[in-house]
Amino acid sequence: MDFGYTIWIFVLPILSFLAIGLLGTRPALTGRSELLRGRVWGWIGTGAVFGSWLLALVTAYRYFFVLGTPDGHRPVVFGAKWVWMRFSEHLSFDMGILLDPISVMMLVVVTTVSFLVHLYSTGYMAGERGYARFFAFLSLFTVSMLGLVVATNIFQMYFFWELVGVSSYLLIGFYYDKPSAVAAAKKAFIVTRFADLGFLIGILILSYYAGTFDFQTLVSAGGPVLGGPAGRSFMGLSVFGWALGLIFMGGAGKSAMFPLHIWLPDAMEGPTPVSALIHAATMVVAGVYLVARLFPLYHEVDGGAILRLVAWTGGITSLIAALIAMTQEDIKRVLAYSTMSQLGYMMLALGVSGLHGHEGLGYMASMFHLFTHAMFKALLFLGAGSVIHAVHSNLMRDMGGLRKYMPVTHLTFLVACLAISGIPPFSGFFSKDEILAAAFERDKLLFVIEYAVAGITAFYMFRIYFGIFWGRERTYAHTPHESPAVMTIPLVVLAILSVLTGLVPFGEYVTADRTPYHGHINWPLALASIAVGVVGILVAKRFYQRPNDLPARAAEMWGRWYKWTRDKFYIDEIYQFVAHKIMFAGIAAPVAWFDRHVVDGFMRGLGWMTETFSLLIADLQSGRVRQYAFVFMGGLIALVLLVLFVTGLLNG
Amino acid sequence: MDLLSMLIFIPVLTVLVLFFVKDMRAVRVVSAVGIGLEALAVIRLTSLYVQARHAGATADFLFTRDVPWFRPLNIHYYVGVDGIAISMLLLTAIVLLAGVFVSWSIEDLTREFYISLIVLGTGVFGFFVSLDLFTMFLFYELAVIPMYLLIGIWGSGRKEFAAMKLTLMLMGASALILVSILGIYFYGGRTFNMEELATTRIPLDAQRFFFPMAFVGFGVLGALFPFHTWSPDGHASAPTAVSMLHAGVLMKLGTYGAFRVAMYLLPVAAREMAPFFMVLAVIGTVYGAFGAIKQRDLKYINAYSSVSHLGLIFLGLLALNRTGYTGAVLQMISHGLMTAVFFALIGMIYGRTHTRDVTRMGGLLKVLPFIGAVYVITGFASLGLPGLSGFVAEMQIFVGAFRNADMYHRVFTVLAVSAIVVTAVYILRVVGMMLMGPLKDPHYQDLPRVYWYERLGGLLVFIPVVLIGVAPLWLTNLIWDSMEPIVRQLSQYMQ
Repeated sequence: MDFGYTIWIFVLPILSFLAIGLLGTRPALTGRSELLRGRVWGWIGTGAVFGSWLLALVTAYRYFFVLGTPDGHRPVVFGAKWVWMRFSEHLSFDMGILLDPISVMMLVVVTTVSFLVHLYSTGYMAGERGYARFFAFLSLFTVSMLGLVVATNIFQMYFFWELVGVSSYLLIGFYYDKPSAVAAAKKAFIVTRFADLGFLIGILILSYYAGTFDFQTLVSAGGPVLGGPAGRSFMGLSVFGWALGLIFMGGAGKSAMFPLHIWLPDAMEGPTPVSALIHAATMVVAGVYLVARLFPLYHEVDGGAILRLVAWTGGITSLIAALIAMTQEDIKRVLAYSTMSQLGYMMLALGVSGLHGHEGLGYMASMFHLFTHAMFKALLFLGAGSVIHAVHSNLMRDMGGLRKYMPVTHLTFLVACLAISGIPPFSGFFSKDEILAAAFERDKLLFVIEYAVAGITAFYMFRIYFGIFWGRERTYAHTPHESPAVMTIPLVVLAILSVLTGLVPFGEYVTADRTPYHGHINWPLALASIAVGVVGILVAKRFYQRPNDLPARAAEMWGRWYKWTRDKFYIDEIYQFVAHKIMFAGIAAPVAWFDRHVVDGFMRGLGWMTETFSLLIADLQSGRVRQYAFVFMGGLIALVLLVLFVTGLLNG
Repeated sequence: MDLLSMLIFIPVLTVLVLFFVKDMRAVRVVSAVGIGLEALAVIRLTSLYVQARHAGATADFLFTRDVPWFRPLNIHYYVGVDGIAISMLLLTAIVLLAGVFVSWSIEDLTREFYISLIVLGTGVFGFFVSLDLFTMFLFYELAVIPMYLLIGIWGSGRKEFAAMKLTLMLMGASALILVSILGIYFYGGRTFNMEELATTRIPLDAQRFFFPMAFVGFGVLGALFPFHTWSPDGHASAPTAVSMLHAGVLMKLGTYGAFRVAMYLLPVAAREMAPFFMVLAVIGTVYGAFGAIKQRDLKYINAYSSVSHLGLIFLGLLALNRTGYTGAVLQMISHGLMTAVFFALIGMIYGRTHTRDVTRMGGLLKVLPFIGAVYVITGFASLGLPGLSGFVAEMQIFVGAFRNADMYHRVFTVLAVSAIVVTAVYILRVVGMMLMGPLKDPHYQDLPRVYWYERLGGLLVFIPVVLIGVAPLWLTNLIWDSMEPIVRQLSQYMQ
C-alpha cells in the first residue's frame, strides 16, 4: 500500500508558511488592501491545515483499517525517505516519513488540534497587529511538529524538535513589545535548549557506539544496542544507558518535567490559542513521544534503570504541579500546571510499562492519555481563551457568574473539566484509569501518589470552573458576550471529541509491541478513582460555588504550606540565582574582564614596548599613512629577501 | 586565459578601471559590475568543476596552471582548485559582492575605498586558488595590508589604535607563517609546490618545529584563543563592508591556511599536537560565548561570537577525521555568511540609530522589520537552529569530534557542545534587548527605510544561509569528496 501522498501533509503547511511569511508580513504588499491586511492570511493558513487534517484522517483510516495487521503486528511503513546529509560513508542523516501506530495517532492529534486552533484563531486574533505573522508562525509550528512525529530517525526528530522549540519561542514572544512576553520566550527557549544539550550529546553517543540514528534499527532486537555486547560502562551505566538518560533529559525539558518545568507556566504569556496548541496538546507531549519511540531501549538497557528514572520523574512532576495548581490565581497558569501534572501521568505510565501483552498496559495507557488529554486540554485552553476574550483578564478574581453570558463556553468547559477529573463516560476517565491500573501493578507508592493527584486535579479544575462560571456575581465594564461562531465551533467539536475519544478501544491500535491487545477496565480501581474525583469536585463546589470565607480560612489554616505552593516552591528563584549569580556574575563578567585586561593587556604590553622603541626612532614619523605603507611594504620585502638569503646561504 | 587566472585578473582589471573613474556613482557601478562578473566566473567555475568530477576527473586539483616566475628559488605561479577551495571562492565572491552593495552610501574617498576593498578581495581570491606556498603567501599579504588603510581611514571610534593593533598582530603572525613556509621549503626538497610537498616526507624534527609556528601563525588570523584580541577592537572600528569581509572571509584565510598548509603538509606533527591545540579551540569556543554575554556593543558581541564559532572550526580540524574536516569547512562557509549578514545589519542599524549599544536600543523590530527579521533568523543560524547553515556545520563538527573515543577528547568535545546553550543566551539577549520590547527612543519612530542596496547586500549573504541549511547535501558532497588527499595524508603515518 502506497503512502507516498503523506508528504503532502507537510507540504501544505510549508506552502502556507512561505506564502504568509513572505507575502503577508510585507506592509508594502498588504497596505493597499483591507482584505490583504486582514483575514485572508488566516484563511490560507487554516485551509492548508484543513487539507493536512483530511489527509491525516485518510492515512489513519488506511493504516489502521485497510492495512490492518497482516502478520499479527501493525507494520512499520515508510511514506518517504531520503538522505539529507552525510556524516560518513556509513552514517547518514535521513529525512522521511515513518508510519507506525504512534506516529499515525500523533498525525491525527496534531492536525486535528492544529486545524481547530487555526480556525479559532481567525476569530480570536481578529484585528490584532501581526495577524499574518501569527498565522505564519502557526504554520511553521505545524510543519515542525508533524516532521517530529513522523521522524524516521533520531536526528530528524532532533531537527524538528529544535524547530518546534523556535516556533514556540516566536509564539510566546508574539506580543514582542511586552517585556514579560520577551522574557518568557527567552526563558522557554534557553531552558529547553539546556535540556536539548543532553538530547544532542545522547545522539552523539549513539552516532559513535550504535553507528546509526535509524529508529527501526535502533530498537530492533538484533540491533546495535540490544543485539550487541553491553558496551563500555561509565559510572555504573553502560554507554547506551547514558545516551538514553541524556536523551530523556531532552524529553523532560520539552515535556516540562520537574526540575526543567519552569518555562511552561511563563509560556502562558503567548496568545491563548498558542497555549492550547503548543503548550498543552502537541509540543509538550513530544518528550513523552520520544520516550515511547525509543521504548524498547528504555525497557531493556541496563535492566530498565533509566525507565525507573522516567517513572519517578513523572510521578514527582505530577504531584508538584498539582499542588501548585491549587493555589494559582491566573487561570492560564492553573491550566499550565495542570498540563504539567498530566504529562507527569503520561511519563509515569511509560515508566511502569513492560513490553508485551498485559505488561505493556502502561505504554498503551500513556499514549491513550496523550490522545485524550490533547482533546480536553486544548478545549480547556480554548475555553479559557474565550473567557479571557470576553473579560479581558487572565485572573480569576476578575471573573465570576459567566455561565449566564457564555452558555456554549460554559458547557464545553464543564465537559472538559469532567473529562480531566476522570468522571465517566468522559474520555479522561478511561485513559487515567488505565494509568492508575498500570501503576498499581508495578509500584504501589507511585500509585498512591497518582491516586492523590487525581483527587487534587478534580479539586483545582472545579475551583476554576466554579470560580469562572459561578462564584460571585460581578458587574463588568463591558457586558461579556459569547464568542463568535469560529471560536465556539472548535469548542463544540473538541467537547464532542472529549466525550467520544474515551470509547476508542485503544489497545486494538496502539501498543508497545504493535500487537493488538484487549484491555479491560479494572472496576474496583475505577470506582475508587471515580470516588476520589467526585470528592475533589464536591470540595471545590463547597468552596467556590457561592462566595464564602472557606477559601480564606483554609489558606490561613495551611499558612506556610499555602504560601509555598502559591510561590511555586521557589524553584524559579533557585534558577534565577544560578543564572544571574553564577552564569552572569560568576562566569561571563569575569571572562569579559579577563579578556579585556589580561589577555589583551598582554598583547597591548607588546604594543607598548613597540611604541617605546619607536619613540627612539621618532624622526621617521611623518604622520602620512601612505609613507608608512610604503616603508612597511619595503621593510617586509627586505625582510623576506634577508631571510631567503640567510637561510639559502645556510643550506646551500 | 584560464579560468582561475581570470579570477585574479577580473578584480585587478576592475581596480585599474577604477583609477580612471572620477564620478562617485560610476565608481560604485564599476565595482559592482566587476565583482558581479567575478561572482559569475566563480559560479561558472563551480559548475565546470562539478561536471569535470562527474565526468570522472580524479586529480586532486583541477584546472591547474603552472608558470614558473622565479626559477632560482623554484617559485611558481601555480594555481588549481578542489571542492574545498571552490566553496571558499563562492563564499568570497558572495561576501565581496554584498560588501560592495552595503558600502553604496560611502561618500568619503569613495574610489579609494573601493580600490582598497577590491585589492583585498584580489588577495583572497589569489590565496584560495594558489597551490604554491610562496604565491599563496604573497596573496595573503595582499589581502591583509589594505585592511590597515580601510580601518584607519574609513573606520570609526578609535580607528587608528584598532588598525595598528590589528596590523601588528597580523604582521607578527605573518612572520611566523613566513618562517614556517621557508622551513617547509627547505626541508621539503626546495619546492613551494604543495602537491609535491604533500608527497615528500618532511623530517619529524622539522615538522615538530614548524607545525606550531604555521598553525599559530594562521591561527592568529583565525582568532585562535588566546590570539583573538585583535578581533573585537578591529571589528568594532572597521567600516561595515570591511567587517563583513574581514570576519566573513579573511579570518577563513587563517583557518584554511592552518588546514591546507600546517596540517596537510606537516601531518605527523599535526597528529601529535592536535590534542593540545584542541584544548585552545575548545577554550575559544566556550570563552568566546561567555565573553559575548556581557558585551553591550553589537560589534563586540559579534566579534566574541566569531571567536566562539571559529573555535569550532579548529575543533573540527583537530578531530583529525573526514567528518570533522568537512564540518570545519562547512563552518567556515556558514560562519562567513552569518557573520557577514550580522555586520551588514549592524551597519544598517548603526547608520540609523547612531549607536551600537544594545542597552540603548529596544523595539527596533517594529520600526525596522526587514532588518529585525533577518537579524533574528541569522541569530537562529548562529545558535545552530536546524534548517539554517549553522546546524549543518556544527553537527558535522560534533559528530566528527565524537569519533575520538578517549576520555580526554570526550570531555573537551562535550564542553564545546555545551557552548550551544551559551550561544542561545547571548543571541536571545540581543534579540530581546534590541529588537523586542517597547520602543525606547521616540525618535526611532521615523528612522529612514531600508534602501535597495542595503536590502540587496543583506539578502545576498542571507539567502545562502537558508539554502545551505535546507539542502546541504550538494555542498557537503562537494567538500567531502575533496577530502580524500588530505585524509590520506593525515592517516598515512598512523601508528
